[in-house]
Amino acid sequence: MSQATQEQTVSDDGVIESVSGPVVTATDLQARMNDVVYVGEEGLMGEVIEIEGNITTIQVYEETSAVSPGEPVTNTGEPLTVDLGPGMLDTIYDGVQRPLDVLESQMGAFLDRGVDAPGIDLEKEWEFTPTVEVGEEVGPGDVVGTVDETISIEHKVLVPPDFEGGAVESVEDGSFTVTEAVVTLDSGEEVTMHQEWPVREARPTVEKQTPTTPLVSGQRILDGLFPLAKGGTAAIPGPFGSGKTVTQQSLAKFADADIVVYVGCGERGNEMTEVIDDFPELPDPQTGNPLMARTCLIANTSNMPVAARESCVYTGITIAEYYRDMGYDVALMADSTSRWAEAMREISSRLEEMPGEEGYPAYLAARLSAFYERAGYFENVNGTEGSVSVIGAVSPPGGDFSEPVTQNTLRIVKTFWALDADLAERRHFPAINWDESYSLYRSQLDPWFENEIAADWSETRQWAIDTLDEESELQEIVQLVGKDALPEDQQLTLEVARYLREAWLQQNAFHDVDRYCPPEKTYQILTAIKAFNDEAFEALDAGVPVDEITSIDAAPQLNRIATTPDEETEEFVTDLTEEIANQLQEQY
Amino acid sequence: MKEYQTITEISGPLVFVETDEPIGYDEMVEIETPSGETRRGQVLEAASDHVAIQVFEGTDGIDRDSSVRFLGETLKMPVTEDLLGRVLDGSGQPIDGGPDIVPDERHDIIGAAINPTAREYPEEFIQTGVSAIDGMNTLVRGQKLPIFSASGLPHNDLALQIARQATVPEEAADEDEEESEFAVVFGAMGITAEEANEFMDDFERTGALERSVVFMNLADDPAVERTITPRLVLTTAEYLAFEKDYHVLVILTDMTNYCEALREIGAAREEVPGRRGYPGYMYTDLAELYERAGRIDGRDGSVTQIPILTMPGDDETHPIPDLTGYITEGQIYIDRDLQSQGISPPINVLPSLSRLMDDGIGEGLTRADHADVSDQLYAAYAEGEDLRDLVNIVGREALSESDNKYLDFAERFETEFVDQGFTTDRDIDETLDIAWDLLSMLPRSELNRIGEDLLDEHYTGDEEQEPVEATAD
Ligand SMILES: Nc1ncnc2c1ncn2[C@@H]1O[C@H](COP(=O)(O)OP(=O)(O)OP(=O)(O)O)[C@@H](O)[C@H]1O
Ligand SMILES: [Mg+2]
Repeated sequence: MSQATQEQTVSDDGVIESVSGPVVTATDLQARMNDVVYVGEEGLMGEVIEIEGNITTIQVYEETSAVSPGEPVTNTGEPLTVDLGPGMLDTIYDGVQRPLDVLESQMGAFLDRGVDAPGIDLEKEWEFTPTVEVGEEVGPGDVVGTVDETISIEHKVLVPPDFEGGAVESVEDGSFTVTEAVVTLDSGEEVTMHQEWPVREARPTVEKQTPTTPLVSGQRILDGLFPLAKGGTAAIPGPFGSGKTVTQQSLAKFADADIVVYVGCGERGNEMTEVIDDFPELPDPQTGNPLMARTCLIANTSNMPVAARESCVYTGITIAEYYRDMGYDVALMADSTSRWAEAMREISSRLEEMPGEEGYPAYLAARLSAFYERAGYFENVNGTEGSVSVIGAVSPPGGDFSEPVTQNTLRIVKTFWALDADLAERRHFPAINWDESYSLYRSQLDPWFENEIAADWSETRQWAIDTLDEESELQEIVQLVGKDALPEDQQLTLEVARYLREAWLQQNAFHDVDRYCPPEKTYQILTAIKAFNDEAFEALDAGVPVDEITSIDAAPQLNRIATTPDEETEEFVTDLTEEIANQLQEQY
Repeated sequence: MKEYQTITEISGPLVFVETDEPIGYDEMVEIETPSGETRRGQVLEAASDHVAIQVFEGTDGIDRDSSVRFLGETLKMPVTEDLLGRVLDGSGQPIDGGPDIVPDERHDIIGAAINPTAREYPEEFIQTGVSAIDGMNTLVRGQKLPIFSASGLPHNDLALQIARQATVPEEAADEDEEESEFAVVFGAMGITAEEANEFMDDFERTGALERSVVFMNLADDPAVERTITPRLVLTTAEYLAFEKDYHVLVILTDMTNYCEALREIGAAREEVPGRRGYPGYMYTDLAELYERAGRIDGRDGSVTQIPILTMPGDDETHPIPDLTGYITEGQIYIDRDLQSQGISPPINVLPSLSRLMDDGIGEGLTRADHADVSDQLYAAYAEGEDLRDLVNIVGREALSESDNKYLDFAERFETEFVDQGFTTDRDIDETLDIAWDLLSMLPRSELNRIGEDLLDEHYTGDEEQEPVEATAD
């Protein structure tokens, strides 16, 4: 959280009136809504969430055991903000942007309370390279220089959006801390490498545009059937153990975004540790550099304070917007938005607000849509284009999608990846149900796939969809009479559909090769199955019995394409297709 | 010490007291009844002129004249290595007639969260000797892996079997690490005296008690006490693991009783209830328990949790199993149908899962073929299970030869792989060898989850169908 400007003007102190879990009330506090306050002798950080007469209600971002009425409350007079500047990448924060490694060095392995730390290192010097000259006019959002933040990312130093702007009076070149002025303007304003922004407020842009480029995920079922656009929104709902986190992590690893902000919101500690361990080791498929060099992690695990869980998604999206303003494509994953909604519910119920559906506050839908609205493909204030894509996991109780968080999310997002307990149970991963899922971006992204990957991309995909549709209809009959009672052509369709499921839709996130599948390969596997389909139906027409067609040796090799190294795929597929054709033609 | 005789209201497990000085949230309280009994409790809500207290041992016998003392500190657990071998009640008082506990330290029972940057990712295989777990739902040190069961099923036998048999085979253990000792911290919440005896007898018979700490809150003990028992258990476990280097296995049974106690307190406070009457904060509350498992960088010990819960009405969408599944790192299902078929342990592997399995198995940890074999067993058993429904309708004759093989596979999988009894201890090699034996019933070309080289090495079935290499080589 923002600590850079600690010389706050302290307004009148208040006194604690009552304490109940994360909710504290105070009397005599001069405060505005959403002001950040320090609570009690230990100075626990909190935020004003309700004001009624002389009573101010505060949600506290830390554990409140032993805090008692009568202790003081101090107001900072500022809303909850994040520190923005170089050093956010390759860093892991808690829900209010306290760097977890700094906390560890201050208080050891367990998170204690009352310790604060700025979001970015205020002492560290960065090599600033100016991109403006004295006399040049600059306005809000304009780039005045760059810093090599990590091996992958050039950080652009921006004139803060709330500046007036003017002509450059002086400009520095060299090593500076983030608090030192690197550019001064004739308006009297000084640009540093550090800015602050209130988390609950979207950073300004010029306009939202229609996204036309996919966020290529390297996941076959996503790129192939339900693509997400850069600047798009997606939800992954599913019962526990169905693969939300694995899918989110695969996206964080392999999606072709410039920057990834990964928000672990109310989930497991070990999952965050896994990311911390893996990301510095794994290469970014685009640059070959360690993934961590493009990643900012926010970890507010389930046992960390619930109020900080409420704020962690805002911390994440504000950081994402800041990199978008530099012209980058940012992808934000939030796992899980249900825990965020539950944090809202928990606080709301302590406030004794009138509950809406299933105890969630009436403003649940409004908060969800305001959050997803911050995603998009934008023209930035400085004329560049950048995007924030948001992918939210949803954890519906009992796996029932009719509950309020899933339903309200589906009203907003345009891509729906429905995870299915049945598929997960039979270890069909990713357990994304192809009947229920959808992407409303499909048609606007087709031109990209047709230009970049294959001219018949959408046609081939349609064939796959039709075959899978037909399979689910046939399966209903099979359930009643058995497969052998079907006509031969339908039996063959079932076999082809099985290959679509097993060789194409399934993808093992833990296999060194299979975990990332470039769209070219997604297409190659699909065309190989289609080639089998076409040859097989020809053989059937020529009178070959279906059993002989399906038992050719070469066909099961379709299942091996996915694990064949990318550079060998083309040859493998060519040979295999030929072999399949030969073996089938031999039969007639 | 502040003392009051100003109780204004008694309602269920709650007592409201007027106060004239500030009392801390969560602070400990002692209430003395007119008959001289002392009850302990904790501040649930602190306002400037009154507090709400949750009384652990029940409010019966408390009246307006009872006196209330605020102890000025939150609840602490006295910890020492000497706790090993001791039996305590659900609020931490010795009940084994042994000597007083001389604490080494006193730890706050509301554990602080482990900083994710300080965690070490769990990946050390624990061999439980149970094939359905080791082979397909592998447990690792520092994991939280609950048993989802229901009333009348033998979850306790399974928990005991694990506690008895759990070892870390040499090749899986960290080479240069001196082997830490193993300890069990057992927390009973609302179980029957009979169940408690079962556990105690087994602990005593096998000599396990010496390296165990037992906390017993029985069915007829106060329900509210159950809300602190697991916190005492975990505080003890963390102390033994992270300060005394033990590898601690925590068994908590029955989490369902714990959740009922939470609901009771919520109702007494007239809170807005969440799903099916359970408090809206139950997810957070359970997470504060289950997340107290793991490993920490630079410390030798570990806390592994096996919480047991009974699903009301065998319903896995009930909030208790549902929220648990959303927090823990997998789950082991005990199945009524398998139980009635006489399979023991009656573990249904299909809905069971260990999420930390992937990193804990494989070459150098268990065996190179482990991951693929497990995948294939799942797929084949699921296929066989599906066909069972169909067979009921069309009969076996209507099925193809290959379908019949899957049916046989499912049958043998249950009777040979799963059904090993509660006393057989299989090592991982034995488990995987049985698996290969079963998989070799199926045509090789059906085993598409297993790498070719592994098939070459282990597959012993009919080789006739071996595919011709499709690649040009
Ligand atoms: N693409 C995949 N490839 C292989 N295994 C997978 C894949 N997706 C999921 N799994 C398996 O499913 C398990 C559960 O997945 P995951 O942890 O993502 O579930 P989740 O939906 O996030 O559950 P929760 O809501 O409890 O967090 C994983 O541990 C892994 O074993
Ligand atoms: Mg998850």
